[in-house]
Amino acid sequence: MSKLPSPLRRNAPRFGGGDRAGIMQQSRLAGPMPWVIGIMMALTVIAAGAGLALRNLAQNARAEIAGGVTLQILEGGPAERARQAEVAVALLSNREDVAEVRRVPDAEIEALLEPWLGAQDVPEEDAIAVPALIDVRLVGPVTPRRLDELRAALAGSVPSARIDAQASWLAPVFDAIRSLQWLTLGLVTLLAATTAAAVWLAARSALGSNRDTVEIIHLLGGTDGQIARLFQRSIGLDAALGGFAGLLLGLATLALLGRQFARLGSGMIAGGSFGLTDWAVLAALPLLGMVLAMLTARLTVLAALRRML
Amino acid sequence: MSGGEGTIVQFDNVGLRYGTEREVLSDVSFALYPGSFYFLTGASGAGKTSLLKLLYLAQRPSRGVIRMFGTDVITLPRQALPAFRRRIGVVFQDFRLVPHLSAFDNVALPLRVSGVPESEIRKPVADMLDWVGLEQRHDARPATLSGGEQQRVAIARAVIGRPEILVADEPTGNVDPDLALKLLRLFEALNRLGTTVVVATHDVHLLKKVPDSLIMRLDRGRLADPTGALRYPPRREVS
Ligand SMILES: Nc1ncnc2c1ncn2[C@@H]1O[C@H](COP(=O)(O)OP(=O)(O)OP(=O)(O)O)[C@@H](O)[C@H]1O
Ligand SMILES: [Mg+2]
Repeated sequence: MSKLPSPLRRNAPRFGGGDRAGIMQQSRLAGPMPWVIGIMMALTVIAAGAGLALRNLAQNARAEIAGGVTLQILEGGPAERARQAEVAVALLSNREDVAEVRRVPDAEIEALLEPWLGAQDVPEEDAIAVPALIDVRLVGPVTPRRLDELRAALAGSVPSARIDAQASWLAPVFDAIRSLQWLTLGLVTLLAATTAAAVWLAARSALGSNRDTVEIIHLLGGTDGQIARLFQRSIGLDAALGGFAGLLLGLATLALLGRQFARLGSGMIAGGSFGLTDWAVLAALPLLGMVLAMLTARLTVLAALRRML
Repeated sequence: MSGGEGTIVQFDNVGLRYGTEREVLSDVSFALYPGSFYFLTGASGAGKTSLLKLLYLAQRPSRGVIRMFGTDVITLPRQALPAFRRRIGVVFQDFRLVPHLSAFDNVALPLRVSGVPESEIRKPVADMLDWVGLEQRHDARPATLSGGEQQRVAIARAVIGRPEILVADEPTGNVDPDLALKLLRLFEALNRLGTTVVVATHDVHLLKKVPDSLIMRLDRGRLADPTGALRYPPRREVS
């Protein structure tokens, strides 16, 4: 008869109530999970990036045109038009509430219109009448009351003037941008929901294929929380792996798109470029994805375990 | 309901049926005393495994009262069960080893579930495996072990945490008589350390090997109690 094994001699570990466990590393979820999460993450990063770019673009554009007022002189006769424009510039320049006045040179307007009207190298009388344009920047924001004041001030001496806030011109553009922003938010939400659904399915199937092990751990005194943690940890690893790869893919796509848009050379689109916080938000997405995946796995497993004894 | 003092397990008019079939256990009443050694015998299909399942809290009875460690375990909420199960070591009739874990990790499982630090796991588990004669097979998966070897892993796992109650369902069914005797000595050693032992077996020779043991006999789901030692309320005086 050999000596008794050490656990039955002395100092055998007694059962503590601790809840840590290093069991069942093998509960790894099925292989496609990191791929699914990776693709979802790449799409999320692209959608979120687009949303951020749109937000920046709208903000910059809005700041640029905040005090902006456009004065058009709608007058057929070129001489009269030029006279009224001069009077308007002089009047506006003397006002305290005006920061800047600039008559847009006719050449610039023609250049702008050329694609639509063709080169106007015809005698002046036959040319299509183009309004004179004056860019005005007010001190402080534009309000309907201030616009009315300006109109009243100009009404006597510049009868052909038409005054509009630049923001009101761009209102439809801002509306469109806002719709696009909602769209990207919707996309991100849908992608998150789809990821959660995929994790739910994967967690259920992992639980199903580990049913015997789960039962054994239950019978050995394992808690639902311990078992859930095993699945959580394995989905967490999958999510970290897939999320990181997806982030890289998404960022690469955004960088590429960014370079292409930058080549358009439009001032407005350049306003959509990312700041430091934007990059930070995008980099945080895989972390959020990981939290979402782990939480979903945990709740799924706990709900299923509640039906066992 | 007095008279429960000093008992570690009490069954009172317990009945069990699976689904809508007839009862596989009927009117089972008995009391187990801490530190005692019990054999549970009976023909195949008499309900031994079913009774043990109630004992290791894998099954709730259809009727009756079960008290363990002084607590009514039938009305216990689910989340209170793990703490009780950790006080019970089980050798399952079908071993129930985790197939993708090595022999070592299977034996370590109860300790890990209980939160024993990793540094306090290695040596006791290795010693236990050595003692049951598996010194060469620590890293073997259950599928690569013989029936008898698997049984020894199952026994090592059941006793590693030195449980307050050890429940063993045909623990020597797959080993030769010499090894069976050796494993029985392990149970006795555990018993001397204070563990209440319940061993279900067909093997009548085994019964005689433990002199102070008490015998419970199941006959088609009913408990025969020839000596009266198991009767509940208990006849035996609590000293
Ligand atoms: N999960 C189950 N569902 C339905 N019937 C069951 C279930 N488990 C056992 N039974 C039935 O209950 C009765 C008792 O079975 P049990 O396994 O308790 O017998 P046993 O005494 O352990 O037999 P053996 O010595 O062969 O292991 C048998 O008739 C069996 O068919
Ligand atoms: Mg049986």
